Amino acid sequence: MTMNRRDLLLTGAAGLAATSPFLSRTPALAQAAEPNYKPEQGAELRILRWSPFVKGEEDAFLANAKKFTDQTGVQVRIDKESWEDIRPKAAVAANVGSGPDIVLVWFDDPFQYPDKLVDVTDLATYLGGKYGGWYPGLEGYTKTREGKFIGLPLATIANAVCYRESHVKDAGFSTFPTKTDEFLALCKALKAKGTPAGFTLGHGVGDGNNFAHWVLWSHGGKMVDENGKVTINSPETIAALRYVRELYQTFIPGTESWLDVNNNRAFLAGQVSVTANGVSLYYAAKNDPKLADMARDIRTTNFPIGPVGQSVELHQVTSTVLFRHTKYPNAAKAFLKFIFEEPQMNAWITASSAYCCQPLKAFANNPVWTSDPNHAAYARASETLRPNGYAGPLGPASASTMADYVLVDMMAEAATGSRTPEEAARRAEQRATRFYRNA
Amino acid sequence: MANAALAGTAGTKDRAGRRPVWGLGQSRNALGILFMAPAALILLVFLAYPLGLGVWLAFTDTRIGRAGTYVGLENYELLLDDSVFRLSIFNTIFYTAVASVLKFGLGLWLALILNERLPFKAFFRAIVLLPWVVPTVLSAIAFWWIYDAQFSIVSWALIKLGIIDSNINFLGDPWNARAAVIAANVWRGIPFVAISLLAGLQTIPPSLHEAATLDGATPWQRFRNITLPMLTPIIAVVMTFSVLFTFTDFQLIYVLTRGGPLNATHLMATLSFQRAIPGGQLGEGAAIAVAMIPFLLAAIMFSYFGLQRRRWQQGGAD
Repeated sequence: MTMNRRDLLLTGAAGLAATSPFLSRTPALAQAAEPNYKPEQGAELRILRWSPFVKGEEDAFLANAKKFTDQTGVQVRIDKESWEDIRPKAAVAANVGSGPDIVLVWFDDPFQYPDKLVDVTDLATYLGGKYGGWYPGLEGYTKTREGKFIGLPLATIANAVCYRESHVKDAGFSTFPTKTDEFLALCKALKAKGTPAGFTLGHGVGDGNNFAHWVLWSHGGKMVDENGKVTINSPETIAALRYVRELYQTFIPGTESWLDVNNNRAFLAGQVSVTANGVSLYYAAKNDPKLADMARDIRTTNFPIGPVGQSVELHQVTSTVLFRHTKYPNAAKAFLKFIFEEPQMNAWITASSAYCCQPLKAFANNPVWTSDPNHAAYARASETLRPNGYAGPLGPASASTMADYVLVDMMAEAATGSRTPEEAARRAEQRATRFYRNA
Repeated sequence: MANAALAGTAGTKDRAGRRPVWGLGQSRNALGILFMAPAALILLVFLAYPLGLGVWLAFTDTRIGRAGTYVGLENYELLLDDSVFRLSIFNTIFYTAVASVLKFGLGLWLALILNERLPFKAFFRAIVLLPWVVPTVLSAIAFWWIYDAQFSIVSWALIKLGIIDSNINFLGDPWNARAAVIAANVWRGIPFVAISLLAGLQTIPPSLHEAATLDGATPWQRFRNITLPMLTPIIAVVMTFSVLFTFTDFQLIYVLTRGGPLNATHLMATLSFQRAIPGGQLGEGAAIAVAMIPFLLAAIMFSYFGLQRRRWQQGGAD
C-alpha cells in the first residue's frame, strides 16, 4: 500500500462525511442510498477485457454495453486481449496515465496500483446492500484494509472437480468422497482399476495454482499470516505435502509436466477419470457428438474438505477497475452500475453457462445454476473462494509469489519426491520471503 | 555522432584553399553523415535506448504500475541468493553448450553431404531449410504434442514396438525435460548452421582439392587441412549467431514447459520474463536480463579471438 497519512486522513474524512448523514436517516443500514451518475456531455468509454472463454458470455457483455449506449448515448468501445496479457496492459495504463477507462483485471491486480484507481466504495456499498452482499473472498480482491473499494469484483471463473461417475462406482464408491482422506482412498482404488486421477502439478497458471492452493489450504497451511509474515514452513504445510505425496502416486504419470490444457486433453481422451477444471471441460464433451457417452457419465463436485473442516478453494477472479485518468468518471460509474444491476448481470451470468460465478449473493438464484445438475458445483465457487496470498495483504508480493509458482513448485517437489516435505516447505519459505521482504 | 560531425567540419576546412562550398550536396562528408543519420537514429532509438533503459531498470526496484527508486546492486545481491536464478544460469549454459555443439556437428555434417553431388540437390536444400522457416511457436506446439505425457507419438510407437511398457515422461522428469527441449532446439537450429556452412563450402576453390588429391591426400587430410581452415571464418560467424540465438531462447521453453518441471528448464530469458511481467518485478526481471550480457559478450569474444582472427586470413603469416 502506498498511502500517506494525508491520503488516509482525506479518505477518512470523506468517508465520514459520506456515511454520517445517511446513517442518521436509515438506522437499519439495510440498503445504501442509490447513487446516481449523470454521464458527462459527449462522454465515451474505452473498456479493455479478456478474450472470452465462452462465446455466449462475450455476446451478453457486448449486448449489455449496447443497451447502455442506447439508453445513455455514451459510446462504449470494447477491446480484447488474451487473459494473460491483461496484467501488463493494465499496469502500463496505470503507469502512463492513459489508455482504457475500465479494465477487467485478474486476481490481485487492483492492489498493484491502488492509488491509480477511482474509489468506488459508494457504488460497491449500494450494490452490496441491494443484492445480498459481496462474497467475502471476492471482496478481498478489491477492498482495501481501510474498507475502501478500489474496484468491483465481477466474477469468479469457477473451477470444480470433474469425474466419471461410472469409474468412481466401479472403484467401489457410491458417492464422491467429501473428505480428503476418503478422496485419497478413492484415488488409490481408481489407480488399481486402471482409471487414475490426474491434477496439474506443472506451471499451469490456472489449474496448477488451483490444485496447489486447495491442497495447502485444506490442511490449514498458509503462505503468510495476516501481517504478511511468511508462515509457509509450518506443520500444517508439512501435512499437506505428505498428503500430496501420497495422492500423486495414484495419478496418471506425467502430471508434473502438465500445463493448463493437459488435464482437459487427458480427461476427454478417457485417460483420467478425475481432474479439476472449469465447466468448459464438461461442455467440450457435451458439444461433441462422439463424446456423448462420456458427457452423460461426467459429474462435477467441489474439492473435498480437509482437516480445516470447510471448503476452501482458489479460483480465477476477475474485477473491474476504473482508472483515475478517465475523462468521464461519471459515465464510467454509470456503466459499471448498469452492468451490475439485476437484468444485465443475470443475462450475463446466464449466457456464460456456469463459467462465471456471481460476485453478489443474490445472483445465486440465477436459473443457470439449476438448469444442469453439473452446474451446481460451479455455483459455489464464490462461496468457497479464498484470495491468493491468504491470509496476508494483497499486493505486489502476493502477485509475484504466485507468478513465480512458489506454491506449485513446492507441491511438485514434495509430490514427486524430489525433495522431502520438510525441504520443500523450507525452500518455499526462502523463495516467498524474498518477495515478502518489503511487504 | 559528435565525432562524425566534427570530422565533417574538418573535411570542409581542408578544402579551404578552394572556394568553400557549404551546400550539402557538395560536401562528401556531410552527405555521408546525412545518409548515415537515419540508420544511426534507428539504432539509437530502438537498440541503444532500450538497452540503456534495461540497464538502468536493473538498478532500481521498479514494479509494474509504480516507478522505482535507485537501489544500487540490491537486485543482483538478491538474485545471487536466489536458488531459482542460480539454477537458471546452469540451465542456460547447459542448454546453450549442448545444443550448440550438436547443432555444429550435425549442421557441418549435413552441409558436407549437401555439398556432394546429389540427385535433386536443390530440392534437398530447400527441404533442409523447413524447420528454420516454420515459425518457432508452431514447431514448439508440434513438439509439445510429441512430448505429451499421455499422447506422445514417440511413446506410442515404442510401446507398439514392444520396446517400452509405459509412456516416457518427457517433460516431467528434470533431465528428460532438459534433453527434450535441447532436442527441439537442435532440430530447429540445424538448418541455419547447415545452409550457412554450405555457402562457405562452396567458396572453397575446387582446385585446392584437386591439387591435394593429386598429391595423394586422403579425404580426411583434405578435410582437416583444406576444408576446415578455409571454413573457419564462416564457422566463427555462424556459431556466434547460433550461440546467441540459443542463449536467448524463449518461445520454445515458454510453449513446452514454462520453465518447469521444478524450474529445470527455466532459462535466464524465461525467468526474466516471468519475474518482470506476470510477477510485476520489472527491476528484478531487468537485472536477470542484464546478467545475460556478460555471458553473451564472452561468447562473442571467444569466437572473435579464438576463431576469426587468423592473421593469414588477412594475408599475414599464421
